[in-house]
Amino acid sequence: MAHWVSLHEAIATHVHDGDFVALEGFTHLIPFAAGHEIIRQGRRNLSLVRMTPDLIYDQLIGAGCAAKLTFSWGGNPGVGSLHRFRDAVEHSWPNALAIEERSHSDLANAYVAGAANLPFTVLRGYMGSDFERVSPHIRTISCPFTGERLAATPSVRPDVAIIHAQKADRKGNVLLWGILGVQKEAVLAARHSIVTVEERVDSLDAPPNACILPSWVVDAVCLVPHGATPSYAHGYYDRDNVFYRQWDTIARDRDTFHAWTKEHILDTADFSDYLRVQSQWNTRKALR
Amino acid sequence: MKPGSYTSDEMMTIAAARMLRNGAICFVGIGLPSAAANLARLLHAPDAVLIYESGPIGAKPPVLPLSIGDGILAETADTVVSTPEIFRYWLQGGRVDVGFLGAAQLDRYANINTTVIGDYRRPKVRLPGAGGAPEISTSAKEVLIIVKQSRRSFVDKLDFITSAGFLTGGNARERAGITGGGPVAVITDLCILRPEPESRELIVSSMHPRISREQIRLETGWEIRFDAECVETAPPTADELDALRDLQARTAAAHGHAESAA
Repeated sequence: MAHWVSLHEAIATHVHDGDFVALEGFTHLIPFAAGHEIIRQGRRNLSLVRMTPDLIYDQLIGAGCAAKLTFSWGGNPGVGSLHRFRDAVEHSWPNALAIEERSHSDLANAYVAGAANLPFTVLRGYMGSDFERVSPHIRTISCPFTGERLAATPSVRPDVAIIHAQKADRKGNVLLWGILGVQKEAVLAARHSIVTVEERVDSLDAPPNACILPSWVVDAVCLVPHGATPSYAHGYYDRDNVFYRQWDTIARDRDTFHAWTKEHILDTADFSDYLRVQSQWNTRKALR
Repeated sequence: MKPGSYTSDEMMTIAAARMLRNGAICFVGIGLPSAAANLARLLHAPDAVLIYESGPIGAKPPVLPLSIGDGILAETADTVVSTPEIFRYWLQGGRVDVGFLGAAQLDRYANINTTVIGDYRRPKVRLPGAGGAPEISTSAKEVLIIVKQSRRSFVDKLDFITSAGFLTGGNARERAGITGGGPVAVITDLCILRPEPESRELIVSSMHPRISREQIRLETGWEIRFDAECVETAPPTADELDALRDLQARTAAAHGHAESAA
């Protein structure tokens, strides 16, 4: 049964050094507040999984929280490279980062298999590519009925999955809508889950087929308005495209990244404090 | 700009848009493919169905999305499904006519690399990776590729095959068990290349106006060949240019700058 707790308490309780952690959200509803709190609490040696690492994992990797990354597309959408991710892969900075690389189709399937309590997934994938050559996680099997050659890859079963959603009711039933990505599958594949939400409501008022995660599959629900910014929350706020472009400059240089992380994450008390500092920083930039 | 004049990037996007037939079910990559596919929708292909890997099916964005999961895609779609569903039921399920892809690098057999430059374990440049492309390139009935042509993008040998084209040429693609038909055209800022029937090697089938063979040779990392019946690409019409520029202006206004307009 989900408990309403602070984000600080949720991360302290459920995310430990060395854990296998998924923070999901496909461009939409990316749980940035939770990512910041993991950095703030100084977690180390995490094995991270996420289809699109995005800025949130660039921050976690640059801050030295990650030892491994499983992913399928690692860029700054519409902008370019993730510089902290590249620095870790190309120069082992701030530490070596092991990578397990998959395709979107595979990783999405792997979450489904995890949610379905299966050890691996089967797909018509990777044909003709070099992935099998470099990854021990991508194998070929024959269909027992037709003999067709298919790709088999391990399912994803995180220790903890973290997502952001629009609403939860007082019991902790969670409702999300818009671009859903693999959030539901990530929660169901994981042993524990944390959901941050924009709003706590008396009733979800959702139609019968809405994407609802019942309270009893969630461990912690945290009220964190704007907790997905600079990504967006459909019906609440837009993507901060300007910040995605600014990140290119912040993350390109190690010192600039460190200064930004210290001022905005390590030296702030929580995400509302971050939002205050970030808005002052934007004003300073505008005046310059 | 003089009336009737246009840039090579505009020629590329317009030439690519012309390739998408009305009514086609098209799985669209972000950036240049998305720009071309939406331009086609505004011109001759109003009934093209655009599918984005984030889940929107039948997206009709009034401005170009900056990211693959922009809210405007969900708001204008016929339906929005989860990411596993888009890949399992819709792409792998065989419902996609055309995969519209970009590329960091490609070779003469239209194989694509978006993974690494250099050795995989010790890469010189770590590129973003696969995304949806490995399965789009094999499951879609046919593939269109749009990419700016240069010696950096058109290379003799790829360091990594992320997404299969015709592999080593001939019937290598079929021998690998791939059912989707593969690339039918590569559209660049200089020309249109198509696979030669037997060898499946890309050859230049149409050169954009004012582009010379020498320029194309200079920007290609292998010894490029020209179709004996190589023609000149029709220049952009006023309607095509107006539609593209309006779309880019709307996009720039919506995203607050011009670079995202592709």
